[in-house]
Parts: sequence; C-alpha cells; structure tokens
Amino acid sequence: MDLLSLTIKEVTEKLKNKSFSCKELITECFTTIKKNDKKINAFLTRNEELALKTADKYDALIKNNKEIFSEKPLLGIPVAVKDLFTTKGIRTTAGSKIIGDYYPPFNATAIKKLIDAGVIIIGKTNEDAWGHGSSGENTDYEPTRNPYDLSRVPGGSSSGSGAAVAYGAALVGTGTDTGSSVRLPAGFCNLVGLKPTYGRVSRYGIIAMASSFDTIGHMTKTVYDNAKVLEVTAGLDPYDSTTVPVKVGQYTKVLGQNIKELKIGLPKEYFIKGLDNKVNSSIKNSLKILEKLGATIKEVTLPYTDYAMAAYYILVPSEVSSNLSRYDGVRYGGTREVFGAEAKRRIMLGSYALSSGYYDAYYLKAAKVRTLIKQDFENAFKKVDIIITPTSPTLPFKINEKTDDPLQMYLSDIFLCPVNLAGIPGLNVPSGFVDGLPVGMQIIGPQFSEELLYKVAYLFERETQYYKIHPQFKNG
Amino acid sequence: MTKKNLTTKDILHIAKLGNLTLTKEEIEIFKKQLSSVIEYISKLQEINTEKVEPASQITGLTDVLREDKTDDKRTLTPDQALANTKSKEGNLFKVKAVLTE
Repeated sequence: MDLLSLTIKEVTEKLKNKSFSCKELITECFTTIKKNDKKINAFLTRNEELALKTADKYDALIKNNKEIFSEKPLLGIPVAVKDLFTTKGIRTTAGSKIIGDYYPPFNATAIKKLIDAGVIIIGKTNEDAWGHGSSGENTDYEPTRNPYDLSRVPGGSSSGSGAAVAYGAALVGTGTDTGSSVRLPAGFCNLVGLKPTYGRVSRYGIIAMASSFDTIGHMTKTVYDNAKVLEVTAGLDPYDSTTVPVKVGQYTKVLGQNIKELKIGLPKEYFIKGLDNKVNSSIKNSLKILEKLGATIKEVTLPYTDYAMAAYYILVPSEVSSNLSRYDGVRYGGTREVFGAEAKRRIMLGSYALSSGYYDAYYLKAAKVRTLIKQDFENAFKKVDIIITPTSPTLPFKINEKTDDPLQMYLSDIFLCPVNLAGIPGLNVPSGFVDGLPVGMQIIGPQFSEELLYKVAYLFERETQYYKIHPQFKNG
Repeated sequence: MTKKNLTTKDILHIAKLGNLTLTKEEIEIFKKQLSSVIEYISKLQEINTEKVEPASQITGLTDVLREDKTDDKRTLTPDQALANTKSKEGNLFKVKAVLTE
C-alpha cells in the first residue's frame, strides 16, 4: 500500500470494496512514521495502541453494516492532530513544555465531530508552541523539517500536521490558523490548506491563542478531501458562542461546476518588491490556467495593506497575553518560567499594548485599523468574486534563517495575516514547484464563501495535479 | 518611524504585568527585540482613525446568550478536574498562601 498516492476518496472506495482493511491502513501509517519521523519530527505523541484497536472495531463495523459509510463519512481515515486540539486522554502539549504532561479530560468539538465521523487519530503533531510562529522552530521540542528539503522549514505554526500529510503518515492534518498557521505549512508542503471564515468551525477545546482571530482548519492532499473534512467540522456549536448560524455548505457537491465569468482580483499592494521573482512567475502561470478555465483577472486595491502586520502584532499579542495568563501551574502544567522565548515576547508585547497609558495608542488604534482592513476587502469584493495572492513572498526558508530576528519571522506572514484581521476564508492551493520546492497560491473570498473557494481550487487542481509530486527528503 | 529604546526598567515593568520573571540575558535580548517590534507597530500612528469604529466581533454577532442552566455534558467530576494538578488536598487545588499575617 502506498499511502502517499492515496486520497480520502480512494481510501474510502478501497475500504468499501475490501481492497484493504482499516487495520492494514493504520498499520501502514505507523510503519511510515517509524521509518521517517526521526528525520522529520512531525509527531510529539503517537497514538498507536488506541488507533489499532479502533481500526479493529471499524473493520468489524464494515463487515456487518454496508450503510456504515453514509453514517460515518470519514470512516477509518487516519488523521494527524495538531497539538493545540484538546484530545481526551491523549497528551496535549500545545508544542510547549509548560503543559508537556497534560492529559485533557475532554475532547474539542472539532475532534468529537471527526471521531463521530469515523476518523482514527494517529497522533499529535509538532508545532510552534501555542501557535506562535511561521516556521515550526518555536516549538519547545525538536523543530519539524520540510519533507521536500530537510534543510528547510515546513512552515508553521501547524508544522507537524503539514509535514505528516506531505510524507504520507496521515491523510488529514488538522491545524489552527490565527495568522497563517494552516495556509503557510500547506504552501510550503504542497498541500491544500483551509483557513475557514471566523466562526465557521467551533473553537471549543482548541487551546486559545488569540480568541478573536483563531480559526480551525485542516490540510489534505486534494481539494475534494479538504471539502469532505469541512463538511464534518463546520457548524454551529453551543459551546462556542462565536460560531455563526449560517448554513453549512455542501462543499463536495459544488466541485466540478464551471467558473466561467468568475472575476479574480489581484491586489496591487501584494505584487511588490520583496516578492521572490520565481514565486511571482509561478503564481502568474497559475493565473493563466484559471483564465483558460474562463475566469477574468483584474487589478484591485487594498489600500491599508501596509498597516495590516502592525495592527496584527498589536491585537494578537494582546489576546495572547490574556489567554496565556491561565498557565499558572495550579490546575495543570508547570510554572511560568517554563514558557519559551516567543511566548514570553508575545506576553510582554501584549501586556505593553494593553497597559495603562498605552491602550488607546496601541490596542484601540489597532482595533480601528482592523475595521479599515475589513472594509478594504469588502470594497474589493464589490468588484471581484475572489482575490488571489501568493501564500508566501518566498520559497520555504532554511532552518535557523530567521530565528534571531523575530520581526523578520513575523513578516513571513505578510500575505496571510490580513485575511485573519478581516475574518474571511483563505485556501492554499499548490501552484507548482520552483527549484524543487513547493509554491503556494492563496485564494481568498468573502465571509462564508468556502464553497466558491473549493469550486475554483478543484478545477485548477484538475488541470495541474501537483499533489502527485511526492517529497524526496532532499538534503537528508 | 520614531526610534524606540526600551530600558531595563521598561522591560521589568512589562514582565511584571505578564507575571514573568526574566534572566539577565533575557532582559538584554528582549530589550533589543521588543524595541524593534514596537518601533514597527508604531507606524499605525500615521493613520487618521478619528471616525473609525474599532472592530471587536468580526462576523457581527451580538448578544449570543444561553439559558442559565448547568450542562452536565460539559461539567467535570472533581477527579477529572484534579487529574492534572501537582498540588491538591482532598477535593481541592492547593495553592501558596496569598495573604500574609
């Protein structure tokens, strides 16, 4: 069995027609992990015993009940779970040492929904601690490496989930996206990665980074697989009052519909100095493919772009400083000196922005600029249906390239954070390869336009099929 | 852009607000790193936001309420609640004294 060449759609077919069993599938995941994870560091915790037991249980179900796949649409699908997702009885560290021995007594809503849909949790994945980072290097453990080039980062913060799917350890990697954390690893690892609309997927049980920004997404190899998972995770949750009573779309049903007369906007503020020429060419080439599919392309303007990162790095650390105040070593975990350097930086930045005498100049000002950024996108969406940007201004960068300069690391997300400020969805789609490294293209739409994003991405993927290019563990 | 130079006193004050204790080395590193970030974020002062409302809830939800009732499904037993603590006594979390005589 070659897990790398299989998608959720194909695995479901093969489980149905008994080409292989759940047990064989899950065994293969762990064989792959044992063979490769020493090089990649995608997993912090492996869930082998329970996963194999669950696989046995599901094999019995499949044998006795032919209708089981309509009851459990993701039956037997191996999932790698980011360690910010609370998992009952499975160690949950947030990539940090301070709660390195925390075994949660409950499941996050997204996890409960996935389990009810039949997934099998393979393990918990490495990440920048608390979601603070763009490279995976802010983990309190060993950093994850990019399966396409082991000397480079896989993108963060959901670094382990991205790498795990990319090297064939699982078919889905869950992630959270507060500023880039699903889209950047998807972009750097040749995956489809969704940052949904704020409030589309419940945040209940996700260890909070910045509560007014956090969104719960996932990475897969194909667009169909991605849409299939969102059909399970999306929806209103009484345990998260910011989930929105908007009907969940039929994300897999729209795939294949044409995109004739689709208007695509290119924000002129994004195609500027600092954007790698080769990345630029890859995106321009992808746009030509979309034109051939019937779309038209025009320039749009997002005038406040230049201020987005400054607003982001006031508001997010402010919320971080508040959310991390609960880690006091009383109810679980260790004491505060165990925090890593980046967590300390963000707590201090946030405390500064919220402190007496600075609140108006920083926090309140940034909250107003957030309104302006949101309006920028709303105005653009009066003229176009979607906006396309590169996911990253550069190719996946080298391990240690940016670790000494936090500001440079923050600016890796320059094309991604504005989307979180506006609460709108963004989807990373593979745009091909440059020098053997993956390039990501970001498709952005108005709030709750996930159906449209998938529709566009699906047709593009059908033309390009970059997901068939597998990692070679270069520079290992 | 205005130059920002945080002093040791500034850093210690912010660290105290965040309930953090720092080593001497950390103070020096953070002084430099946080000064450059604060310098960067200060560019927001260039924008006139006099007539702009701050964004607090980005999808526009207001007053999401629920019934004032206990939900057993999201309630932990004392054993579950205490399972991860390193310091307890009976069914209670044990903490250091807050008040002194």
